[in-house]
Amino acid sequence: MTAIYQLGIAGIRSGIADGDFTAKEVAETFIARVRAAKPLNAFLVETPEHALAAAEATDKAKAAGEDLGKMAGVPIGMKDLFCTQGVETTAASGILKGFVPQYESTVSANLFKAGAGMLGKLNLDQFAMGSSNETSAFGNVISPWRRNDGGNADLTPGGSSGGSATVVSGRIAPAATGTDTGGSIRQPAAFTGITGFKPTYGRCSRWGTIAFASSLDQAGPMAHDVRDCAIMLESMAGFDAKDSTSLDLPVPDWEAALNSNLAGKKIGIPKEYRVENMPADIDALWQKGIEMLKDAGATIVDVSLPHTKYALPAYYIIAPAEASSNLSRYDGVRYGLRDLPDGAGLQDMYAATREAGFGDEVKRRIMIGTYVLSAGYYDAYYTQAQKVRTLIAQDFDKAWNSCDLLLTPTAPSAAFGLGEKSDDPLAMYLNDVFTVPSSLAGLPAMSVPAGLDGKGLPLGLQIIGKALDEQSVFNAGLAIEERAGFVAKPEQWW
Amino acid sequence: MVKMTESTYRIQGGTGEWEVVIGLEVHAQITSESKLFSGASTEFGAEPNTQVSLVDAAMPGMLPVLNGECVRQAVRTGLAINAQINKYSRFDRKNYFYADLPQGYQISQLYHPIVGEGVIQISLDEKDPDAHGKAIGVERIHIEQDAGKLMHDQHPTMSYVDLNRCGVALMEIVSKPDMTSPKEAAAYVRKLRSILRYVGSCDGNMEQGSMRADVNVSVRKPGGELGTRTETKNVNSMRFIQAVIEYEAQRQVDLIEDGGVVVQETRLFDPDRNETRSMRSKEDAHDYRYFPDPDLLPLELEDDFIFDCKASLPELPDEKRARYKNVLGLSPYNAAVLTAEHETALWFEQLLETTDQPEKIASSAANWVTSELFGALNRLGVGIEDSPVSPAQAAELLGLVADGTISGKIAKQVFEIMLESGDGAKKIVEEQGLVQESDTGAIEKVIAEVMAANEDKVAQYRDGKDKLFGFFVGQTMKAMQGKANPQVVNELLKKILG
Repeated sequence: MTAIYQLGIAGIRSGIADGDFTAKEVAETFIARVRAAKPLNAFLVETPEHALAAAEATDKAKAAGEDLGKMAGVPIGMKDLFCTQGVETTAASGILKGFVPQYESTVSANLFKAGAGMLGKLNLDQFAMGSSNETSAFGNVISPWRRNDGGNADLTPGGSSGGSATVVSGRIAPAATGTDTGGSIRQPAAFTGITGFKPTYGRCSRWGTIAFASSLDQAGPMAHDVRDCAIMLESMAGFDAKDSTSLDLPVPDWEAALNSNLAGKKIGIPKEYRVENMPADIDALWQKGIEMLKDAGATIVDVSLPHTKYALPAYYIIAPAEASSNLSRYDGVRYGLRDLPDGAGLQDMYAATREAGFGDEVKRRIMIGTYVLSAGYYDAYYTQAQKVRTLIAQDFDKAWNSCDLLLTPTAPSAAFGLGEKSDDPLAMYLNDVFTVPSSLAGLPAMSVPAGLDGKGLPLGLQIIGKALDEQSVFNAGLAIEERAGFVAKPEQWW
Repeated sequence: MVKMTESTYRIQGGTGEWEVVIGLEVHAQITSESKLFSGASTEFGAEPNTQVSLVDAAMPGMLPVLNGECVRQAVRTGLAINAQINKYSRFDRKNYFYADLPQGYQISQLYHPIVGEGVIQISLDEKDPDAHGKAIGVERIHIEQDAGKLMHDQHPTMSYVDLNRCGVALMEIVSKPDMTSPKEAAAYVRKLRSILRYVGSCDGNMEQGSMRADVNVSVRKPGGELGTRTETKNVNSMRFIQAVIEYEAQRQVDLIEDGGVVVQETRLFDPDRNETRSMRSKEDAHDYRYFPDPDLLPLELEDDFIFDCKASLPELPDEKRARYKNVLGLSPYNAAVLTAEHETALWFEQLLETTDQPEKIASSAANWVTSELFGALNRLGVGIEDSPVSPAQAAELLGLVADGTISGKIAKQVFEIMLESGDGAKKIVEEQGLVQESDTGAIEKVIAEVMAANEDKVAQYRDGKDKLFGFFVGQTMKAMQGKANPQVVNELLKKILG
């Protein structure tokens, strides 16, 4: 029998149902895994009592013959962007150190309602701003993966959901929540050989999730495989009257409708995603992906998304603009850090608090955002970026005339070493080049692991679907998953 | 020196006359149970920080949800001033840091307000509003959040923040620069307040801050190019609004005539010194970095919704005044006074409704309300909604006068007793024997006695001293303790005296 810690959501579900083990045993197994994983710095707060309580509730419900929730007995990791009642929530920023919410985010509450327990709060890039988990105020998260060149260089798990990617790929938690603003679920999933899904904008409520860029932020699952993502997303999603941008639609039963037969489906290959200097490994993987989808019955068509090259610049205007405003509330007045130098007035307190509380990347984005919204620059930057965003959405709409889904690489490289890019923000921003366009258009997209590069590191393929058509994305992901035979796992060195 | 004529207001400067141009931005608190984007209560006067939701305090991850009632009230207000209702509007963030603004931005509507251009008819003379009316344009109405309140007197070195008001819904009603005198500005605010109260979208309570104005003033040579304006913020009484305009206009004229220039700036009014002071100039003006609030979807209104808003409007002051004048036959003055406040009009209409012939007694009832009732309420220091005499009781009293049961003079006496005792007019008249004597026989008997006692005066009257007629009326009434029907007394005296 497979060891419990190797199981994902579906595996735990059937093991509990069949009486192979109890939910409590599952929780204890992962709590021990969490304790042993400190060198990876993935957890900011550990909450074993929460995981145990949820497990006991599941065991009790099972003993009583009650119906179990979709996530019953599954102890998950919670990205520390989700406010959790009574559990410190910081978004990995010094400015929220010590902040304990009095409320539970809708997404975490939905998961708990479905029977999930929480192992702890996961490290991330500060306020989800970063692609390598190096901007956390509480230290880098280290990927469980290492290159096969014999070196011991610590690698990035990607970001911003770096803690989530590390715990799922290291089998420290069977699944974790992520949030994706420009690729923060998909890129770390690709870097660590797991599956990550960003749903259509509005599927998951943003209520109680600390905002980075409101028009882009979406929560989603990070898990072992496509089926686990489908199960978990069903539990996270749903209309929430407390979020005005939430979609008032029923949540489909994605798991039940999983079907890897793609007969009749047309898959578009956008030529603009063939960027300069793309590593040969990635190009080859993309080709492999095309063959896999063909094998699953799909037709491949070439499509053009002509405004793709403007997506990244537009994103790095819109996201910082919204962030600069969203982060104004961290001012030292009501909660979190307050730095009040002797004799300081209100303005001095703001300056000292925000200087001390925000990390460099957060400050950089606040400054960019403030600049692009300023009088005299607004039209040249923000208005222009919004126009580009509309054009990008139209690109996708036109593409849907000739195809149902798009296949692209998830990221332009495999995981890089910690520190390799942290001095070069522009190089770092390029990580998002394939994930940002679908974020700007609010489309569902996922990353599935599809192979290894020459150094033994995972690479992911991205599938992008039409708005609300998560099912087709899941199905294509499943087709790749079944054919890629991706079984590589990091060797436990920690 | 200020020269004031009926229609023009001019500042007399050393270089000649100056004209004043005034625009007002009135902030009116929308009447609603809960705040614009949260479920917290809006009730006035609660203990500090007891009406604050997680959204109002801008806790991490909190999101605004638009209160539909506030939208409805803004649309109704727009319809009441015949304004264009924008079926598409949007909320923008106005970004600035202050301790009374937890989000670090105010949610407002800069680019796409909910209400477009409208018009408000003002009158400069209550006695004849139609002859001295003026139309003041309204540029737009948008909805936005109010801020909290800083309290500087609670601690020696710190300021405290009360967030009860934070997030309460305001309408900002922006006029065109169509006003040219303090009097016009006051008339505009008075009329706007009246309309808001009729509509029920704002209680108009200036002392509690439910209505306050930013006053934009500039001066120019009559008919010349518009001058640079200043904006005096948060003026919270009709009197202060006029004082700001007078002070600012004079200050600007003096400044220009001394060779200076008016700078575009924000100013504050100091009521103690009756002057305005610079708060910040254009150079230090905030850059508010307005942009569409990504937490909120654009607001799109359906035709049915607008239709329902329209259907829910009461008869508005201008229509009502016209009806009182044209249908009920009231004087222009009475029609204006009775319709200025919705409560007064409602009270008056209830009075008419409880009588059989409203048109017949409307004029006398109007006179009675504007003189007797207003006088009494003034003395008691209460508003008409707290009048100790109900409309039905007043109708009963006026009915007794109309059918000749009591005289107008006795009616005043009865009304005083009603105010004190709360009893009905009929009861008082019966109990105190105040019924008017209309029996000609009884009156003739008294007249005969009066004539007998004043034979000399009878002779003088008959010799042509007509003025003595009043003397005989007075003597007769006196002898009958005022209870004689004056009309009957008059008729009989004329007949008997010859």
